[in-house]
Amino acid sequence: MMASSYNAKEEDGHISGTSNHGGAGTVKTRKPDNTAFKQQRLPAWQPILTAGTVLPAFFVIGLIFIPIGIGLYVTSNNIKEFEIDYTGVETSNPCYNCAKNFSWNSTTPCNCSMSFTLEQPFESNVYMYYGLSNFYQNHRRYVKSRDDSQLNGDQSSLTNPSKECEPYRTSEGLPIAPCGAIANSLFNDTLELYHIDSNGTRTLVHLVKKGIAWWTDKHVKFRNPGVNSNLTAIFQGTAKPVNWRKPVYELEPLDSENNGFINEDFIVWMRTAALPTFRKLYRIIHKKPNTTPTLPSGKYVLEVTYNYPVLSFDGRKRMILSTISWMGGKNPFLGIAYITVGSICFFLGVVLLIIHHKYDTRSNSADIPN
Amino acid sequence: MLRRGLNRLLGGDERRVHSRTIYIGHRSCAADEAFIPPKFCDNRIVSSKYTVWNFLPKNLFEQFRRIANFYFLIIFLVQVIVDTPTSPVTSGLPLFFVITVTAIKQGYEDWLRHKADNEVNKYPVKVLEDGRRIRKESEKIKVGDVVEVVEDETFPCDLILLQSSRDDGTCFVTTASLDGESNHKTHYTVPDTERDLESLNATIECEQPQPDLYKFVGRVHIYKNSHEPSVRSLGPENLLLKGATLKNTQRICGVAVYTGMETKMALNYQGKSQKRSVVEKSINAFLLVYLFILVSKAFVCTTLKYVWQNKPGQDEPWYNEKTQREKDTNLYLKMFTDFLSFMVLFNFIIPVSMYVTVEMQKFLGSFFITWDKDFFDPEIQEGALVNTSDLNEELGQVDYVFTDKTGTLTQNNMEFIECCIDGFQYKYRDASSELDGFCVTDGPVNKLQQKAGRDKEELFLRALCLCHTVQVKESTEQDQVQRDGTPDQVDGSGDGEVFHIPQVEKGFIASSPDEIALVKGAMRYGFTFLGLESKTMKILNRNKDVEMYELLHVLNFDPVRRRMSVIVRSRSGDTLLFCKGADSSIFPRVRQDEVERIRMHVERSATEGYRTLCVAYKHLSPEEFAHVDAGLKEARLALQDREEKLIGVYNQVETGMNLIGATAVEDRLQEEAAETMEALQGAGMKVWVLTGDKMETAKSTCYACRLFQRNTELLELTLRTLEDGVRTREERLHELLLEYHKKAVQDAPAVKAGVTRSWSAANHDYGFIIDGASLSMVLNSSSESNSNRYESLFLQICQNCTAVLCCRMAPLQKAQIVKMVKNSKGSPITLSIGDGANDVSMILEAHVGIGIKGKEGRQAVRNSDYAIPKLKHLKKLLLAHGHLYYVRIAHLVQYFFYKNLCFILPQFLYQFFCGYSQQPLYDAAYLTMYNICFTSMPILAYSLFEQHICIEFLMDNATLYREIAKNAMLRWGPFLYWTLLGVFHGLLFFFGVRCLFSNPALQDNGQVFGNWSYGTIVFTVLVFTVTLKLALDTRHWTWINHFVIWGSLAFYVFFSFFWGGIIWPFLRQQRLYFVFANMLSSVSAWLVIILLILVSLLPEILLGVLRKPRGPHARQKKRVQSSAGGLQSPRSSARPLLMRTFSDESNTVI
Repeated sequence: MMASSYNAKEEDGHISGTSNHGGAGTVKTRKPDNTAFKQQRLPAWQPILTAGTVLPAFFVIGLIFIPIGIGLYVTSNNIKEFEIDYTGVETSNPCYNCAKNFSWNSTTPCNCSMSFTLEQPFESNVYMYYGLSNFYQNHRRYVKSRDDSQLNGDQSSLTNPSKECEPYRTSEGLPIAPCGAIANSLFNDTLELYHIDSNGTRTLVHLVKKGIAWWTDKHVKFRNPGVNSNLTAIFQGTAKPVNWRKPVYELEPLDSENNGFINEDFIVWMRTAALPTFRKLYRIIHKKPNTTPTLPSGKYVLEVTYNYPVLSFDGRKRMILSTISWMGGKNPFLGIAYITVGSICFFLGVVLLIIHHKYDTRSNSADIPN
Repeated sequence: MLRRGLNRLLGGDERRVHSRTIYIGHRSCAADEAFIPPKFCDNRIVSSKYTVWNFLPKNLFEQFRRIANFYFLIIFLVQVIVDTPTSPVTSGLPLFFVITVTAIKQGYEDWLRHKADNEVNKYPVKVLEDGRRIRKESEKIKVGDVVEVVEDETFPCDLILLQSSRDDGTCFVTTASLDGESNHKTHYTVPDTERDLESLNATIECEQPQPDLYKFVGRVHIYKNSHEPSVRSLGPENLLLKGATLKNTQRICGVAVYTGMETKMALNYQGKSQKRSVVEKSINAFLLVYLFILVSKAFVCTTLKYVWQNKPGQDEPWYNEKTQREKDTNLYLKMFTDFLSFMVLFNFIIPVSMYVTVEMQKFLGSFFITWDKDFFDPEIQEGALVNTSDLNEELGQVDYVFTDKTGTLTQNNMEFIECCIDGFQYKYRDASSELDGFCVTDGPVNKLQQKAGRDKEELFLRALCLCHTVQVKESTEQDQVQRDGTPDQVDGSGDGEVFHIPQVEKGFIASSPDEIALVKGAMRYGFTFLGLESKTMKILNRNKDVEMYELLHVLNFDPVRRRMSVIVRSRSGDTLLFCKGADSSIFPRVRQDEVERIRMHVERSATEGYRTLCVAYKHLSPEEFAHVDAGLKEARLALQDREEKLIGVYNQVETGMNLIGATAVEDRLQEEAAETMEALQGAGMKVWVLTGDKMETAKSTCYACRLFQRNTELLELTLRTLEDGVRTREERLHELLLEYHKKAVQDAPAVKAGVTRSWSAANHDYGFIIDGASLSMVLNSSSESNSNRYESLFLQICQNCTAVLCCRMAPLQKAQIVKMVKNSKGSPITLSIGDGANDVSMILEAHVGIGIKGKEGRQAVRNSDYAIPKLKHLKKLLLAHGHLYYVRIAHLVQYFFYKNLCFILPQFLYQFFCGYSQQPLYDAAYLTMYNICFTSMPILAYSLFEQHICIEFLMDNATLYREIAKNAMLRWGPFLYWTLLGVFHGLLFFFGVRCLFSNPALQDNGQVFGNWSYGTIVFTVLVFTVTLKLALDTRHWTWINHFVIWGSLAFYVFFSFFWGGIIWPFLRQQRLYFVFANMLSSVSAWLVIILLILVSLLPEILLGVLRKPRGPHARQKKRVQSSAGGLQSPRSSARPLLMRTFSDESNTVI
């Protein structure tokens, strides 16, 4: 009797519990299961990096990266970009006066015009950016100073903004809408571009102010509070940000799709920049249906309504005109990096091939006596 | 522990007194003295750490004593108090989780200890009180109680034997679970107390408890009526120790003298202190480095912040004004809180999750040991047991192995192998012919007749039957019935003898198991010892006749003489002396021509690891005998120098003998003991045998296990060598130590420690032997300076020896040796393996304690860190499991530090671009999830399943173990490599993306990316790189690895979509809303992510290929060797075989 149950146990171990032993099953054996998992014998793939596998990879990487890099580099070089600083630091700068005499209280806007020449015509869509330097949009105090639920149209947040907005939360007892430092420091220079014909006539270049913000921001993340379109009524009982000249519902009074929180200039500004020197999309100049370039080469005048002081923190303001490719704006970095890495890979591949070749013959000869 | 401390405190005043007085049965003795019952501790054994009440505070205190937990607590508190960039939840939640899980685990373990304690403490015992037997729980025994113990029970406390059921006032005890000696020891009752316990009026005065098992000094005052009390002295022979077992005696009574934690067993039991592995020490060291990095980072940032803010317009530009509160804060306070904020921002560099992962890895990983079916022993139906999972990786780091002998190396099961009579060899055929071995006309006996003369044979066998001190166990009725029931019992009593022939081992009792083996051996050849009855020895000879011999004298065995003799008188009136002993002590005392015939056999047997004894006899004429008899009697009665006088007479008698033959007895080694030892030594471990056993026995075991080889020169430091000269022991010790040191250390060529020992025959191998007494002289030398010097000399000698044997060790001495080695230079990792309670202290002392689930109770198993059924399992445990665990955890630790360094470095660099404002680069969700979800599972899977070299190969090539010795993967070199790798990756991630963001218009519609996109791109590169880096390191891809590695990457992508796809109502800021999706819509982002991942992994791949000469080569070799595996393994076992057969010149003395 004892012997039979013992045999059953033995068997149990060999067949790893696949079969049931009716009576013997009651005998509890503490023998560990003979499963691949428990015995650390799971089937496994055991790759080892060898010159044989890595060499082709290096060559392939090199062969792929170098063309991509060249493509990127060429693309980046084909992008036309024009940049003009209109801060007005030097006295020669047309905006010097505006910059110097800036005061928050002045009611009359200061205007200045910068003229410049485009050496080459800008084909296709041209994107107009404003650039700020030494402006710490990524400062922690600044980044967190916003109330996204207010911007999302939440009624209670409208009247009771988040504490994060301090010290731009209330103004004279009224809640600020939109609250926070980011909104408060909305870039409010107005830029207008005129083309000077060869005969001296100024034509206003049509600047499109839609499509500059992320679609999801414009349509989901930012929303005006309330259901009716009468923004003035909705924002009743709130104050405008202290540094603003007009309340949020008057940003674009004529276009209800671009007014209030869903004003695209505002949305673009609210996306805080990563670095202290940054650019933000301001306007788009759509390409003309005919073959003439969007911005033909020649003279241009940039009319600036100078509202935004940057000299106090040693900042700079720029206007950038740029065409765009599939990879975005002009940036030679990617192209150069790809070419470099591709070349290195290719070079390493060659070096490895030589080493491998040498080593291989050596190891072969060494193997023979064995 | 606490309780013991408390007891010390309470018993403080009592302790100051040199001795304690015990009133037997609590009866006041002298009428004039008022009886004040003295206070002693109760008989409770406490090994648990906590009680219900102190668990929470004590456990929390202990947990926060860990540097890491304390650090996280501080970080958490800072986050709560100070306005920090990340919420307190990010560090509070993991910390809470860790603390809770650990507390539950420790609580459970302590509950188990409570249960075990209770089992011992509630064990029922019988106490005699006022003439009645009262059943009590063991813990309620008080000092002075008279306790009754029956056969096969263990003593519940230390007792003075008062009464025994045996007529001669003795009892037999086995102390197997205390010191590993499984033979029976005789203890004696206190004289004059035997008759009536109830009326016994006596006090015992004895020393205070002390841990030495073999020392006890006391005296008993017996008051009879009005007489002056009679005083009897008490020695260790009167003391029955707790833990020992009563054998072969029906019943004894004893008075409790030491109870509970004051028993010698408890004093020998060292508190189980928390063992820390080297890896944990390395982690702590690395932690300090990272803490330093962290603090310096925070310090640099704080400093730069205030430098930067000094420039006008920077601190508070119009667009970014401070709140009133911030303006009001004191500058220095602000600086301080800024510093703390930076600390919090960068604190992810030391992640809580590493501790969780390490704990999980250890806990889950240890299951592989329990699950391993190779550790399963069908005999006891049990596999390995893991008591602590903290030391898995330590198994891969062992430098010294301390092993017990009895029950660990050997089965403690002697067997008669062969004998040699008059120069002819007789080998007993094994198992199959065992049954008919009895028959006169069959088997070996036939051979006997063919070879030597029948007279010689019978003389030899008679000698074996008579020359011993074996007793025949009186079998009880039940035994009789049981034995008769077994069918295969061969009953030798042909003519209706009343004696029963005991064949099972239990039938004989002797102080040495090889005497039993010899008696049994003789039995196989037809001569059966039937017993000793009133000085008459009875033997059943081949013709089934009973021969009677009168036992005249027993010349006892002693280790100096190394022989024992008996003088018997046969019926015919002849007086014979039979002597057996070591060859070295017999050969000079017999005729030389006889020696030559036997010597070769003896030496051959000795080299095979058998214990050899030579047997001689001498015919004593009546005159001679009368002379001897007188001499012996005189010497026995001598009051001074009795020992020396006896030995003198012995030596006088044991001369001019005739050599009859020699025997070879095998102490069966454990299965594969020699192979295991060889593998361990091949792996670079030094094996020390620590045993309580005799030197001779231990030495032969060492030879059998191939710890000592034939060419090993033995350096002996024992009482025998110490007492050679005329000088004092101390001087001799000094001399010997210096001599050995010169031999083993100074003259030894500077070979790399332990490398290829068994193959270098030319090199001189040394083996060192020391016994307990000499050891205590070395360690406790009279002068302090000498003691230190001796100790270091001793250590140096030992370290240069391939094997060390320490015999006659008390349990605490074993621990002492382990401790000494443990604390020696280079702090080597020690492992102790043993099976008995006598090994507990060394198991506890060593870095890793292994218990063998042997026959000697569960004490060793309970106190061990790992328990295995057999010694042979040690090989796999160390070479395969230990190696893998070490590699796994070392990689885990390095990888964790690396991945968090390159995680946090970009965040640190970002501070230079955000005005040192503690702006986090990554979103809070990413910060928290990085270590918990995105990168934790692959490394956990790696650390559980990785087999960089497959298990079989590890087992076959013990030398691979040396590659990871001395914590090779966690030294500063590899750490620096990983750190530099982390720095390289961190720099690459940050500046790569920084260059991309020099123009943030990255989409083909001209729209720009903000700071969260920046962070997300860096984070994506980071997650992919660290995961792929691990994938590159993985050498063993099971489906789990695949699942987890690709799964976490997929999860990251999925999570990012999900997290950015919804406006989360509970979040204050929707920072990541569609950031990830937008990132993926940008070609540039894709390109930069691919580029950066590739560039970061390129050096790794390159290194992997350049290291190629080792990698694939080793693999080729592996393939070759595994195909030739059938060739290789026999070769290794063939070598010693060859040595055996061609061993002509012998230098061994056994």
